[in-house]
Amino acid sequence: MAEPSRKTALLHVRRGAAGEVGHYDDFEVPYEEGLSVLDALRWIRTYRDSSLAIRYSCINANACKTCLALVNGEVEYTCIARLLPGVVTVEPLPKRPLIRDLVTDIVPDDENL
Amino acid sequence: MPHLSTDVLVIGAGGAGMYAAIAAAQLGVSVLLVDKGQVGRGGATIMAQMTVAVALGEQEPDSIALHLEDTLKAGRGLCNEKLSALLCENGPKRIREMGQWGTRWARENGHIKQEMAPGHSVKRCCYVDFLNTGPAVAATLRRKVSEMPAIRRVSNLAAVDILVSEGQAHGAIALNLTGGELVTIQAKAVILAAGGLTKLYERNSAAANMGGEAYALALWAGAELIDMEFVQFFPIGHLAPRLVGMDPIMWDPFRYKLGGKMLNGKLEEFIDRYGSTDFGKYNATRDIAAYAILKEVEAGRGTPHGGAYLDFRHISEAQLRGAFGPVIDRLLANGIDLTKTPVEVGPMAHYHMGGIRVDVNMETRIKGLYAAGEAVGGANGANRLSGNAITEAFVFGERAGACAAEKVKRLESIWHEGAARESIEQFGHSRNVHSAGTTRPIASQAELQKLMWEGAGPFRTGGKLRAALERIMQMQRELSGLNIGVEQRFNLDLQDWFELRAMLATAEAVVKSALARTESRGAHQREDFPASDNALLKNQVLRLKDEQLATTWHDPVRLKESDSPHG
Repeated sequence: MAEPSRKTALLHVRRGAAGEVGHYDDFEVPYEEGLSVLDALRWIRTYRDSSLAIRYSCINANACKTCLALVNGEVEYTCIARLLPGVVTVEPLPKRPLIRDLVTDIVPDDENL
Repeated sequence: MPHLSTDVLVIGAGGAGMYAAIAAAQLGVSVLLVDKGQVGRGGATIMAQMTVAVALGEQEPDSIALHLEDTLKAGRGLCNEKLSALLCENGPKRIREMGQWGTRWARENGHIKQEMAPGHSVKRCCYVDFLNTGPAVAATLRRKVSEMPAIRRVSNLAAVDILVSEGQAHGAIALNLTGGELVTIQAKAVILAAGGLTKLYERNSAAANMGGEAYALALWAGAELIDMEFVQFFPIGHLAPRLVGMDPIMWDPFRYKLGGKMLNGKLEEFIDRYGSTDFGKYNATRDIAAYAILKEVEAGRGTPHGGAYLDFRHISEAQLRGAFGPVIDRLLANGIDLTKTPVEVGPMAHYHMGGIRVDVNMETRIKGLYAAGEAVGGANGANRLSGNAITEAFVFGERAGACAAEKVKRLESIWHEGAARESIEQFGHSRNVHSAGTTRPIASQAELQKLMWEGAGPFRTGGKLRAALERIMQMQRELSGLNIGVEQRFNLDLQDWFELRAMLATAEAVVKSALARTESRGAHQREDFPASDNALLKNQVLRLKDEQLATTWHDPVRLKESDSPHG
């Protein structure tokens, strides 16, 4: 095993549901070379705040195409966006209706209940 | 509370579920196709960058009988031969049908190109370039499904209970993740197509959403499970360096197309030491390869991340690019130059041979309750031949959809409000009383994954299995005390809780079956019982009796001479 790195990344994450006044929460996440932004978001859900709403399925194959978000202002698949040490801002897609936190309504209209 | 009504409810919208929906709709019945994630974008199918095994005989002479022979050989005597035969016989039809619907199978010289894969006696495995089989077939099925007005699709709707009254399935309770509320679904037939259980394991190759829910739902509904001890561990899942944007099980086609070398931490070839003839052939079956790698690790000859090296340094860049084109660039973007450095690989949970016990119409012992795809147990016995999983998804999906549709045409819709109310009250109880706990379900899921990897992974012992079982039973009792958050939209804590509940039921089934099988066979390896025992050449069947798992042993279903496939 490689020596655990003491570096961290700081995730600056937009929170809040549709109709609420949103805010940002900061999470310090252990950094290791090669991690994705989705890895960091999943780490936050498992070890810091499980109420964070995120959407993903295939984890890192970039096959399901459901993990889109704004990463540092750019639309990215969080599963292939590399985590870098320092501050990373993650926000929901701006042009899709917000559901909660990072989850927007990207489901085709006729697939919603 | 929202109430939906349909002829056929299909739970899970991967390859099997979508195929089932299409087949049922083609026979003129209405279909409700629901998925915990997004329709056609979750599950195992879309992750399959690999190949599909079918006896098309286009690359070289092949026959259904030979495909069946290879399948049964891999299954180590435990296949339900009727299901295996169904898979092999109908595979070619489904692959050609997918071609007609728009899947672009890789071709050469005017025919579908078929490759060799481990355990096959001829070149039989077709695919879509480059490493794109799963996404391509999922796209074909999504398009086909969306073109059929009889199919209603609902995403982010997770089935949490099947409703059964008087031995007949008549619907389900589901959680609408987006809205946060429970939904009742009335159906004349229900098809469980929610895939396998790879999420039970810390090291796994699957998508996020297969925690064995199909098996748990079947058990709770009164159906039977079979062969639950046989979890397939993919031997050469990617461990390091960190690789994103790729399926962790991508290395198999590299290995058999190009002949990658398997080396231990001391850079020695080692698979031949474990009773296979891998050297220079690269075709050791999956169970032997997984066993060999972990034994090397145990002996202190593993790689830094606990696996083996896969080495392509003897292959030229031109050959690498010829075989895998743009994939080579995706690897370089990950900092992986195959001409310079080997990668680290090791076993990870990949597929489940066991599953829901069905007849040849894919129906369980509960009338109107069907299963399809990986959720079905029996066709692959103790070990699955590579390439048979997508074939199984298509074949069993089509079969379940068609059989369910034929059946519901003759049925009146029934609805027992009492059964639905009882189910919902039970959930409401756990939620109201205990939401003040501190532990969140996702933390318990992580604990269970570690427990299963260590206690019921590729190598098992009675002691480790018993310890795992004890903790699983305890975690089942702790379920009601977990914190499932406040009521809100897209409450993943609540979804995690329902998922964990199913994961624990399925984990119990796996561990109890593994404990009872005191032998090693196929994917089930007991260190305390290293040999196969002919007296155990039987299938274990589980069922709930008074809320406890009860086991019976049955002789495997064999083909009679007259059932043998033609061609």
